[in-house]
Amino acid sequence: MMLKALRLAGAGIALTLGFSVAALAASEGTPEPPELEWHHSGPFGTYDRAAAQRGMQVYKEVCSSCHSLRLVSFRNLTDLGYSADQVKSFAAEYEVTDGPDDAGDMFERPGIPADRFPSPFDNDKAARAANGGALPPDLSLIVKAREGHEDYIHAILAGYSEPPADVELREGMHYNKYFPGGGIGMPPPLFDDQVEYSDGTPATVDQMAKDVTVFLAWAAEPKMEARKQTGIGVIIFLIVLTGLLYAVKRKVWSDLH
Amino acid sequence: MTTASPEVSAGDDGVKRRDFLYIAAGAFGVVGAGAAVWPFVAQMNPAADTLALASIEVDISGVAEGSAITVEWRGKPVFIRHRTAAEIEEAEAVPLDDLPDPQADSARVKEGEAQWLVLVGVCTHLGCIPLGYAGDYHGWFCPCHGSHYDTSGRIRRGPAPANLVVPEYEFISDDRIKIG
Amino acid sequence: MSSMTPFEPKNPIVKWVEYRLPIFSLVHGTLVAYPAPRNLNYWWNFGSLAGMMLVLQIVTGIVLAMHYTPHADLAFLSVERIMRDVNYGWLIRYLHSNGASFFFIAVYIHIFRGLYYGSYKAPREILWWLGLVILLLMMATAFMGYVLPWGQMSFWGATVITNLFSAIPGVGESIVTWLWGGFSVGNPTLNRFFSLHYLLPFVLVGVVILHIWALHEHGSNNPTGLDMKSRADQIPFHPYYTVKDLFGIGVFLIIFCLFVFYSPDMLGHPDNYTPADPLVTPPHIVPEWYFLPFYAILRAIPDKLGGVIAMFAAILILFVLPWLDTSRVRSARFRPIYKQLFWLLVIDVVALTYIGGKPPEGWFIVFGRVATAYYFLHFLVIMPLVGWFEQPKPLPKSIAESVLGNGQASTPAKEKA
Repeated sequence: MMLKALRLAGAGIALTLGFSVAALAASEGTPEPPELEWHHSGPFGTYDRAAAQRGMQVYKEVCSSCHSLRLVSFRNLTDLGYSADQVKSFAAEYEVTDGPDDAGDMFERPGIPADRFPSPFDNDKAARAANGGALPPDLSLIVKAREGHEDYIHAILAGYSEPPADVELREGMHYNKYFPGGGIGMPPPLFDDQVEYSDGTPATVDQMAKDVTVFLAWAAEPKMEARKQTGIGVIIFLIVLTGLLYAVKRKVWSDLH
Repeated sequence: MTTASPEVSAGDDGVKRRDFLYIAAGAFGVVGAGAAVWPFVAQMNPAADTLALASIEVDISGVAEGSAITVEWRGKPVFIRHRTAAEIEEAEAVPLDDLPDPQADSARVKEGEAQWLVLVGVCTHLGCIPLGYAGDYHGWFCPCHGSHYDTSGRIRRGPAPANLVVPEYEFISDDRIKIG
Repeated sequence: MSSMTPFEPKNPIVKWVEYRLPIFSLVHGTLVAYPAPRNLNYWWNFGSLAGMMLVLQIVTGIVLAMHYTPHADLAFLSVERIMRDVNYGWLIRYLHSNGASFFFIAVYIHIFRGLYYGSYKAPREILWWLGLVILLLMMATAFMGYVLPWGQMSFWGATVITNLFSAIPGVGESIVTWLWGGFSVGNPTLNRFFSLHYLLPFVLVGVVILHIWALHEHGSNNPTGLDMKSRADQIPFHPYYTVKDLFGIGVFLIIFCLFVFYSPDMLGHPDNYTPADPLVTPPHIVPEWYFLPFYAILRAIPDKLGGVIAMFAAILILFVLPWLDTSRVRSARFRPIYKQLFWLLVIDVVALTYIGGKPPEGWFIVFGRVATAYYFLHFLVIMPLVGWFEQPKPLPKSIAESVLGNGQASTPAKEKA
C-alpha cells in the first residue's frame, strides 16, 4: 500500500519534474525493459539470499573475466548469508597484489576478507585494449547507474537476438534491442547451463540473468535492508509524534476561537 | 475539594488532558531527538573497512635471534623481538619488587615461545615511539621524556606509568602470528 | 515590533548574564513574545521549514566532510565508502542529498506564498531582497555540492554551468579558466568547490539572521495583507506559532523520510553513479530538478549570451518586483484578477520545470519559448497593468475582524487553516 502510494506520488513528481524515465532513456525505438517482480523491491523487500549467492557464482565464473567489482570487499559477502569461514576460503581463492615488500617489490598473496574483488585488468586502457576499444564498466554500481535499474540489467543480459534485416551492425558489435541504438560491444555473455548451480536450480539464460542482477543490486546498495528497516521505525514514530503535535496545536489554539 | 462543583471538575479534566498531551508530545520529542543524535555520534567510530583491517598476520620466520622487526597494526608500530637467551634471563631475573608496574616476564610472552616478545611500540607516557636496543636496561628508550624499558618491555625508570602493552596475538603456526 | 510580554527574568544567573549580554531577552523577543498576526495559515509554515532544512544540511554536511576526500581520484570512492563502510553513512548522505531538494521545495513554496499575499510590498522590500539573496546563495551552494561526488553528472553539470560564463564578451574565456583553475573542470575545480560549498552555508546563516531581523521590524505579513493595528490582531509567537510550526515540521519530515528511506535516488540521476569521465559526455545532461525552470529559460533563447542573460534576469527581475506591482492592495485574496494570474504563473513555472528536463527538440523548443516569454510578460507587463486597472474587493477593517467575522458582508470567508 504504502509503496504503491509512494510510487504514485513519486511518479507524479517525476512526471512534473521532467524526470520521466522513459523519456530520458528512450533513444529511437529502444523498447522499455520488461518489468519484473524483485524480491527486494517494496518497503519490506529483502535481497533473495539464494538468488544472490547464485548470482555471485555467475559473476565469478562469467562476468568477472571482463568486468571489475571494485567497490565490493570479500568481507561484505557475509551479508549474503555466507559464514566468516566461507568468506575467508572464498577470498583465499583469489590472488591479490600487495606490497611493496622489504625488497621493494610487489608480490602476490592469497586474498583475505578485507580485500576487494580484484579487477580483471590493471587499468581502463588495458581493459579497452583487450575488448576491441570498448570499456567493460565496473559493475559495483551498475544497477543504480542505469535507467531502468534491475529490469534493464536483466533485459540486457537476456535480450540478445539476431539483428532485424534493416539493422546494419558495425564490425564486432552485437545486436541487443534493449541497448540504446541496438549495437552493443559486449558479446552475448550467457548461454544455457554455462554454470552449474549447487542448489540444483536449472541454469537457463533467464535464470542466470535474474540471479546476477540480484547480486549486483546488492553490490550497488548493500545497506538497503538496514535503510528500509530503519525507515519503518522512523516513519511510524514521526506519525505518532506529528499526531500528538496536532492535538497539542488544537488544544493551544482552542482558546483563540 | 469534595464539594467541587461539576464545572470545576470538568475544568480539572481539561487541564489534565492538556497536561498529558504536552507531556506526551514533549517526551516523544525528546526521545526522537535522542535517537536522531545517535547516527551522528556513531559515524565517528571506526568504519567497517577500518575494523576489517583490525587484525593482521605476520611471518616471523625471517627475524633472526637478537634482532627485531616493526610492523604496522591499527596505525601503530608493533615491535616483534626475537630475544636471546641472555635477554630472557635478564628479564626473568628481575625481582618484581623492583618494578614500577610489577609483572612477571612469563606473563608477557606465550608459553614455550619466550624468545618472542610482541609489544605495541607506543610509550605509555605520552604516545611517542621508543627506540629499540637502547636505554639503561637493554630494552627500549623513549627519547621524548627519557623512559627506560627492559628486555621484557617493562618500565624501569622515567615518567611512563606502565609497561609497554602486549597486544592480543596468537601463534597460528611456528613462524606466523596473528595480531588482533 | 515591540514585545507582547516584557522579559523579566527571576533566575539570578539569567539576570547576571542578561545584564551583561541581553541574549535571553533577544531570544525571548524573537521566539516567544514576538507579536504575530493571529490569522497566519499553513502557507506561513514554510519559513520555519526552510530554516530547519538549512540546519539539517549544515549538520549532515559537516559530518559528511569528516569522511569525504576532495580529490578527483578519491572523491567518488570516498562517497561510496560513506555509503558502504561509515557507520550510518548511507543515512547521513541520503539525508543530505535529499535534504537539498526539500530545502528548495520549502523555499520555493515560501517564495510563492510571498508572491500570492504580496509579502514583498512596502515596507518589506529589504526583507524580500534578503530572501532573494538567500535563494541565490542556495543555488550556488547546491550547484557546487552536486559536483562533489564527482560522478558523470557532477562533472558535466559543472562543465556546462561554468561554461555559461564564457558567454561574457571579451573576458568570458579568461573567467572560465579562472573558475576552473585549469583548462577544463578538474581537481583544482573540485577543491575550490568543496571549500566554497563548506563556506557558503554559513554566509547563508548570516543572511537568514538579517532576513529574520528585517521580518521582525515590521512583523509578518498575513493572509489579509492588512497591517496589525491593535492587540486584537496579534497573538504571541509562543505557544501559538511554535506549536503550529512544530506540527508542520512533523508533516514535512514524514514526507521527507519517505524519500530518504524508500526512494533516496528518485530525485537524483543514475549517471551520477558512474565516476566522472572527462572523455565521455552522458547523452542527456540535466541539472537537478530545482534548476530546471532556469535551465529551460536558458535554452529557450537561441543566442548563447542572450540565454545566459535571460536566465539570470529571471531571478534578478524579482528584485524590482516591489515596484512592478502597482496595486495598493497586498493580498491576492482581495485581487480577483491577480489571483488568477498568480495561478497562471505557477502553471508557467511548473511547465518550465517540465520542459527543462526534456531534450530540446521539436515542440519542447516552442513550449519553452512560449513559457519563457510568458514568465517575463507576467512580471514586466501584466503585474504593472493589473495593479492599475484591477478593482480590488473591499477590505475588512482589521485582521481581528476578518478572523472573528463580527458583522460586515465585506468579511471574506475564514481562511481554511
